[in-house]
Amino acid sequence: MKEKFGFRQLVIYIIVILLTLSCLIPMLNVLALSLSSSEAVAANKVALWPVSFTWAAYERIVNDTQFWRAFGISVFRVFAALILNLVLIVTLAYPLSKSKRVFRSRQLFMNLMIFAMLFSGGLIPTYLVVRNLGMINSVWSLILPGAVPIGSVILVMNFFRGIPKSLEESALLDGANPLDILVKIYVPISLPSLATVSLFSIVGSWNDFMGGLIYMTKQQNYPLMTYIQSLSVNIAETVRDSSNLSSEQLQNLLAVSDKNLNAAKIVVAIIPLLIIYPFLQKYFVQGIVVGAVKE
Amino acid sequence: MMQSKTAKKRSWFSKDQLFFLAMVIPGTIFLLIFSYGPMFGLLMAFQDYVPAKGVFGSDFVGLDNFKYLLNLPDIWEVTYNTVFIAVGKIILNTIIPIIFAILLNEIRIKWMKKTMQTIVYLPYFLSWVILGSVVMNLFSLDGTVNQILQNLGLSSVNFLGSNQVFPHLLIWTDVWKGFGYNSIIFLAAITSIDPGLYEAATMDGASWFQKVRYVTLPGIMPFILLLTILALPGILSAGFDQVYNLYSPPVYQSGDVLDTYIYRIGLLGRDYSLGTAIGLIRSIVGLVLIVVSNRIAEKKTNRVMF
Repeated sequence: MKEKFGFRQLVIYIIVILLTLSCLIPMLNVLALSLSSSEAVAANKVALWPVSFTWAAYERIVNDTQFWRAFGISVFRVFAALILNLVLIVTLAYPLSKSKRVFRSRQLFMNLMIFAMLFSGGLIPTYLVVRNLGMINSVWSLILPGAVPIGSVILVMNFFRGIPKSLEESALLDGANPLDILVKIYVPISLPSLATVSLFSIVGSWNDFMGGLIYMTKQQNYPLMTYIQSLSVNIAETVRDSSNLSSEQLQNLLAVSDKNLNAAKIVVAIIPLLIIYPFLQKYFVQGIVVGAVKE
Repeated sequence: MMQSKTAKKRSWFSKDQLFFLAMVIPGTIFLLIFSYGPMFGLLMAFQDYVPAKGVFGSDFVGLDNFKYLLNLPDIWEVTYNTVFIAVGKIILNTIIPIIFAILLNEIRIKWMKKTMQTIVYLPYFLSWVILGSVVMNLFSLDGTVNQILQNLGLSSVNFLGSNQVFPHLLIWTDVWKGFGYNSIIFLAAITSIDPGLYEAATMDGASWFQKVRYVTLPGIMPFILLLTILALPGILSAGFDQVYNLYSPPVYQSGDVLDTYIYRIGLLGRDYSLGTAIGLIRSIVGLVLIVVSNRIAEKKTNRVMF
């Protein structure tokens, strides 16, 4: 049965290509803005290609200690959260993947976890808990509250359930305890699902800006996304209140709402994601399909 | 062999229970502190909470906060915005990815298909901080889209500042962000439809549109229903990240949603009791919706392909 490449096929291809371009072009625009001279950017001359190509914006970033501090905070929190997440996911998922006969208190802990997924105390109470624990302005406020990603626990738990019991049984015959079995047998086999939940963790942590927004009061403690968000200062609003600002402060404000520089900061902020993107594709897609199959 | 028989009967020792408990405890502690701890703070919704006095010292005012809430004109506007935007997103985040999946399925050139998929997944992984900047560049009064409109002789549209347009901008940019990624699941569903059905349709002389209408859509309909039902609990979250990065005082009227409202009034404005009260209502409604929608989904699952 030969497929005729007719008019309809052409229209379909065009539509799909246009939709694909719609995702690509805005990013190319940001890239171009970052590599153009700031005069060209301010004059709105930049579209898809750099105008007056220059690395100047990136050079300014290299010297911007605030940017790198925020970058470092983000890297740290992503890494710390990842480790914490993986340890807690695996230690929770393993016992919960056993039947009630094997792990007698299973139902209790399962219910505890599920309810926490369905019902939350809300923004204010959570904020107050963090505050009462003294974590305001601490990087740990970005790491500890999200320590247990319940959806990921369930995903890995279901994966564990699918592992043949025979593997366990031979280890039990040799006198292994659950911890041994978990670490030496289950974890190595589960690497694909662990990769999926790791990527969920990394992307979530890297992109999070709300944590920094509510738990940090000083700009120097901001993680990267919160810092970048704080740059979108509405110049009109600040100019209105600028009567009592020194000329240096005013200059800093103008610099902060600099389209050219901000575009460069955005590019640098995306680069880590783009680097792991090929892995993201593979494991995220797997994650959805697996997640859709099991409950 | 005798050895394996007796070993199998006692495969788990009772002290293994201790191991299991020890494994589960660390995660549980975190859950207790950061998930259940705040639930305890929900008491604030029934109090005239004063930080200095804490939860135990503040006066109990019963349902006063809720009565005050229901009389706040803002709250009805904000709730309407939230539901409007959320429903718009749910509907379009279903329709557009399906259309894209159907179209993409027709692409036969493999390398092209793969490349395009890689590109369209990208916006999903980017934060709204980044995309907010991109959207503002494109849709501000002197942005690219308005420049194009003016070149075509049309008047510019105040996407980011007009209450008529802003909610629609929110919905459509969210659809744009997620259509690639959301199409994955529909694509998987489409490829699982029995090819024999398509052959039968061809033999009956069906046109391409007819095949889509009578084979493809019915084939994935149970699945569409399932996803929509599961999306229902999200009706009260229109997305803090996106709204916060795109909104501004001129469009609070149409763009302020529950989450941003709670943030501004409850957190920034330090009206903890009120913010907690709104959050409590929201959590309860969400819980009810999740339970109900999961029950419905469970009943229907028997007829769904998974």
